[in-house]
Amino acid sequence: MNKKQINNILIWFSAIILIILIMTPGLWVVLTAFRPQVDVMAKPAVWIPRNLNLIQFETMLFGGSEGSMGRSPIPVLSYLRNSLIISFTSTFIAVLVGTIGGYGFARHNFKHKNKYFLLIMLTRTIPGISLSLPIFIIFSKIGLIDTHIGIILVFVALNIPFTIWLTDGFFRQIPRAMSEVAMTDGCTKIQAFWHIELPLSRSGIASAGIFAFLISWNEYALVSNLARSTDSKTLTVGLMDFTAQFTINWPGMCALAVFIIIPALILTFMVQKHLVTGLTFGGVKG
Amino acid sequence: MAKVSLQGVSKFYGKVQAVKKIDLEIIDKEFLVLVGPSGCGKSSSLRMIAGLEEIDEGIIKIGDKEMNNLEPRERNVSMVFQNYALYPHMTVEENLGFSLKIAGLAKNEIEERVHEAAGILDITEFLQRKPSQLSGGQRQRVAMGRAIVRRPDVFLFDEPLSNLDAKLRNQMRTEIKRLHQKVSTTIVYVTHDQVEAMTLADRIVIMKDGIIEQIGTPLDLFERPATEFVATFIGSPSMNMIKASIVKQNNELSMKTNDGIIVPVPKDKQNSVSEGQNISFGFRAEDIVPLKFGQKPSSAWEMQSSVNLAEPLGTETLIFTNFGEIEIVSRMFTPEQVKSNDVLDFALNLDRTYLFDENSGLAI
Repeated sequence: MNKKQINNILIWFSAIILIILIMTPGLWVVLTAFRPQVDVMAKPAVWIPRNLNLIQFETMLFGGSEGSMGRSPIPVLSYLRNSLIISFTSTFIAVLVGTIGGYGFARHNFKHKNKYFLLIMLTRTIPGISLSLPIFIIFSKIGLIDTHIGIILVFVALNIPFTIWLTDGFFRQIPRAMSEVAMTDGCTKIQAFWHIELPLSRSGIASAGIFAFLISWNEYALVSNLARSTDSKTLTVGLMDFTAQFTINWPGMCALAVFIIIPALILTFMVQKHLVTGLTFGGVKG
Repeated sequence: MAKVSLQGVSKFYGKVQAVKKIDLEIIDKEFLVLVGPSGCGKSSSLRMIAGLEEIDEGIIKIGDKEMNNLEPRERNVSMVFQNYALYPHMTVEENLGFSLKIAGLAKNEIEERVHEAAGILDITEFLQRKPSQLSGGQRQRVAMGRAIVRRPDVFLFDEPLSNLDAKLRNQMRTEIKRLHQKVSTTIVYVTHDQVEAMTLADRIVIMKDGIIEQIGTPLDLFERPATEFVATFIGSPSMNMIKASIVKQNNELSMKTNDGIIVPVPKDKQNSVSEGQNISFGFRAEDIVPLKFGQKPSSAWEMQSSVNLAEPLGTETLIFTNFGEIEIVSRMFTPEQVKSNDVLDFALNLDRTYLFDENSGLAI
């Protein structure tokens, strides 16, 4: 065996260990969702599942009656509706505003441009959860607690800086001559943007979109403070509904977790191609 | 009818003045080349005509209409860029038809005009390809096709050949010239390559540091350079240029180089210089010939010097030799072998010697 082969084996070996480390908790969540509470709570632990079932999903979605915890007390469909509305709307607004912002930073020169850019990026250095109290106080004063609009607003604010950063990098990689040709070809500035620069930065915008969506879809801490009822609680916040005073319905909670993962997974696969080119593309500019 | 005129046009980038109050009249259907070293303001001037840069001072007119406040799309000009700037997400056909689609033309008319342009440039077979599937020369042709499809009043070329390799560049140069004959539209062409400028232009504008050094036909500039810069810029190899001061010798004014070599001032220039004046005198490689292998000019000044280096090019041989301390180049048209260190007698044709005032750089 030569040096190269040993190297390869080492790389594969560490990759497999890493993947196991990353995947195990996720796999455990999925497994737990399909197992009866007895198996989940058993001591010593039952590592290899003995019997799998769909009871938790039936209970969650259709309020089935024979579940271990009786009729589902959890309005999953309302949560799903909230999650969808909040994630899609906030992503749409963040990508729209962020793309325009990114274009502005990439293509226009104005006073203190770099300082503004830094300022916007600095907002991302503050941990989101530390903002929860100020946001809560402000929102309670203006009546935005437990509303879609309130939560959407928070996510838009969280996602715009990243979208600006990512799309700025993409627009910078499109030669200026491209839009200049379009303009001598008879386009207005907006037409040149719409017909030429926007399609060329598609993968960047798709990447920004998927990131914004995942952040909104998976966020827990902030929303748990701002959402009070089925009017605005999202799926992730709904996870806590499975804890009662003395018991935790682990299989139920995991079933909901699986339910949360699926749409994110589907979406990620759909834009995967863009995402990969997107991340490498943006990486060049750094 | 599309003449273009620039009147006192300036361009500033911050405090730097890239173009300094230039005046230029471009005649209808003329092929005008702006040439100069990088940073001379040629591209800025072109971009101001296109409307891609604001005109900070002066007026630009196309036809009789002032363009200063018009958007690029309102000027009816087409521009071809150095990096082609083809739309990568469109096929060649869509690239060519894009401007017509934006203008709202009917589908069949767009198709007709695209095919006409594709025919002129011989790119019909590539119409369904994407730009990434084309070679450099093909891309260049598509970029030109996109420009001619619009039937603009003026074509603007910004160093269109500098991304091509030497062989292709020569080929495309010929095609651009042919294109101009076919479409007979005013062309303003920017390049830093004086050979391109000489071969393509009806008239050349030589720029340096934001001002126009000289405007004229290629032969004008070659034969009658107005400044020292133009003399050295035009022609290949570059004109030999030697610093000297005017002295009086035997009742005749002569040029004394820093090495003490004395060359008589040409007869027709005797009255234009005065004793003590600092000048540069220049002569082209073909005007100093090795006596053994060339014809002696009628008013010759002779010197002896050894060959530093010889570059045989087939039809001619370039001989590098010393004029005092300064290396000069001589062009020999006789197919004879010349070796380094050969000592030759050279004859300088005084009638074809150019004199420039050292302070102003202007021709004497």
